[in-house]
Amino acid sequence: MTEAELSPWVAVPAAILLISGGLLTLIGTVGLLRLRSFYARMHAPTMGATLGTGCVIVASMLVSSAITHRPVIHELVISAFLTMTAPVTAILLMRAARSRAKD
Amino acid sequence: MNQLFDLAAGFAALCFMVAMSLALVRVFRGPRAHDRVLAFDTLYITGMLTLLTIGIRARSTVYFDMALLIALFGFIGSTALAKFLLRGEVIEP
Repeated sequence: MTEAELSPWVAVPAAILLISGGLLTLIGTVGLLRLRSFYARMHAPTMGATLGTGCVIVASMLVSSAITHRPVIHELVISAFLTMTAPVTAILLMRAARSRAKD
Repeated sequence: MNQLFDLAAGFAALCFMVAMSLALVRVFRGPRAHDRVLAFDTLYITGMLTLLTIGIRARSTVYFDMALLIALFGFIGSTALAKFLLRGEVIEP
């Protein structure tokens, strides 16, 4: 599976970033399951959408750059796309919840 | 060192899978429709992260394109669902 040996200077930060991203996303989703009202539940999974995605994307950039011996930054496309689209979805959902709470 | 890194990537993928199943529980349990849409939103973001982590572990760039497509279509899907909940129509004349 691993034909390219990673140097410890890449493997250790990437491992730390992956573990922290996974834990942050898990904590956010536990909040989605356990919080009481919809408005409180709204902001829990954004932890995974911002910090978790950021950690995983930086780890992916590190590993691909180390494997191909050149800087690989095309993972930033996903990061920029999520940064643009997550607030739009959040605003639309919040407006839908407010208009449905009235009737 | 590489075994340690693979272990960390596997742990992250496991975390994402547990997070996806928790979001799926919220999809089935959610008291109202916007709760389910929010859980679907979380579900596609976490699935995208799982694909990215599997791609890191396999040292392959094929998974990146799939993750990009999931991000694109997941945004379109949740926006359409939220717009439908808001107005009762997705595309208004």
